[in-house]
Amino acid sequence: MTRIFKAIGSAFLAFVRDVGRMALFLADTVYYSVEPPLKWRLVIQQVWFLGYKSLTVIFMTGAFAGMVLALQLFHTLRKFGAVSLLGPGIALSLIRELGPVLAALMVTGRAGSALTAELGIMRISEQIDCLYVMALNPYKYVIVPNFIAALIAFPLLTAIFDVVGIFGGYLVGVELLGIGSGVYFDEMRNHMGMDDIMIGFYKSLVFAVIVTWVCCYKGFYVGYGNSGHGARAVSKATTDAVVQSSVLVLVWDYLLGSFFI
Amino acid sequence: MIIITDVHKVFEGQEVLRGVNLTIHGGELIAIIGKSGGGKSVLLKSIIGLQSPDTGSISFDGLDITRVNQQQLNKVRERFGVLFQSGALFDSFTVYDNIAFPLRERYGLPEAEIKARVYDALGEVGLKDVDNKYPAELSGGMKKRAALARALVTRPEIVFFDEPTTGLDPVLKNSIHKLIKQCHQNIGFTGIIISHEIPDIFYVADRVAMLHDGVIVQDGTPSEIINSQLPSVRAFVHAGNYEVAPSGGGE
Repeated sequence: MTRIFKAIGSAFLAFVRDVGRMALFLADTVYYSVEPPLKWRLVIQQVWFLGYKSLTVIFMTGAFAGMVLALQLFHTLRKFGAVSLLGPGIALSLIRELGPVLAALMVTGRAGSALTAELGIMRISEQIDCLYVMALNPYKYVIVPNFIAALIAFPLLTAIFDVVGIFGGYLVGVELLGIGSGVYFDEMRNHMGMDDIMIGFYKSLVFAVIVTWVCCYKGFYVGYGNSGHGARAVSKATTDAVVQSSVLVLVWDYLLGSFFI
Repeated sequence: MIIITDVHKVFEGQEVLRGVNLTIHGGELIAIIGKSGGGKSVLLKSIIGLQSPDTGSISFDGLDITRVNQQQLNKVRERFGVLFQSGALFDSFTVYDNIAFPLRERYGLPEAEIKARVYDALGEVGLKDVDNKYPAELSGGMKKRAALARALVTRPEIVFFDEPTTGLDPVLKNSIHKLIKQCHQNIGFTGIIISHEIPDIFYVADRVAMLHDGVIVQDGTPSEIINSQLPSVRAFVHAGNYEVAPSGGGE
């Protein structure tokens, strides 16, 4: 019986320690992001890595998300005689909801996992320790550039996802199902406002923070707590980073959605 | 001078360091030996400030680094060079950029001076035509040499070597040991080598300290360690039935 309580207690303590370390990690990251000097060359490199190299997957998923939305919404709206609302339906779904969420999930899968693995390997091969003993701050070299790059890249990728998705919906709705292109775009203009766009923008910023925070933390602290050692620890950290980032993105999407609604 | 006083460290209920006391004098080349898993690397990480000891003090010329803030610790670290066990070369950089990195980032030197110092350092460790190669393209021995060049390029006062010959064949081991000895003589740094390479280390170090069960059980010249009557030291030093040279002084 004592053993069970001991196990529960030690798991709880490990959880509290992990949460505390994560919170401090975020606080340090934010602090070092505003403390000069910033390594702008590294930021640009990471914008290229997180943003530019994610474009293919964003184009593909954006286009098909818009096309699927058009198909499903068309059949639903037809039942209510409201097919003219297909354009705003697709645009609102993408801009307020699906764009930020799916773009964040795609970047998590493509770049977030790579970030965790890269940092994890740097940790286990003593490269991060090496920065410390050179009297340099590892946050400035391996965390902050990713954090700032994500804040730049996520809103841009989300915007691209939205635009490509709207044109994917146009392909299906207008070219395949025969809705007038004027109706598709005019109704969109009538039913959408700047606030809808800003909601998507705020969400993309929050998701940028979540994804880089979780993925960088998991890589930076590989081997800490009960996460194992060596290659297995890196593999576990990468899986954990993707799962936790994805879950947190969806949880925060709901929280932000209920706040902005 | 580095003075380590009564350093204790516990990991997951196991006491790895149980009151380490050691004084390292300026300019000497000291080896800390002991069996694998005996706390040598933990002691090294404590000395370079990567881990905090639970109790005890580690002072560099009177400044206790266990009680300083990050900026003060970095000031002390600016005097360091560290050769990590794995080399710890940045794998996305070329050898040149690895060696230039501390000069660019810590001192912001002009590129012409960086270039001269990088090629000097490469020459010192006997590396040629590898400056544009990535660490993954180098052999184990070349990686160690490149990492040594990076550790020495800032002309540090104190250089730490964490098991510098792990994973190398006997010929490469010998050449790395000779290189450490030669660089120590040329540059005159204080050197601390963590090693379990018996008997090779006796030919390299001026002084040897034996870490056993979390405490330094004996330190002295190589010949004093070789001729030690302490059972723990004898068991470790003579475990391989090597021919150990009784003459001290590290030659």
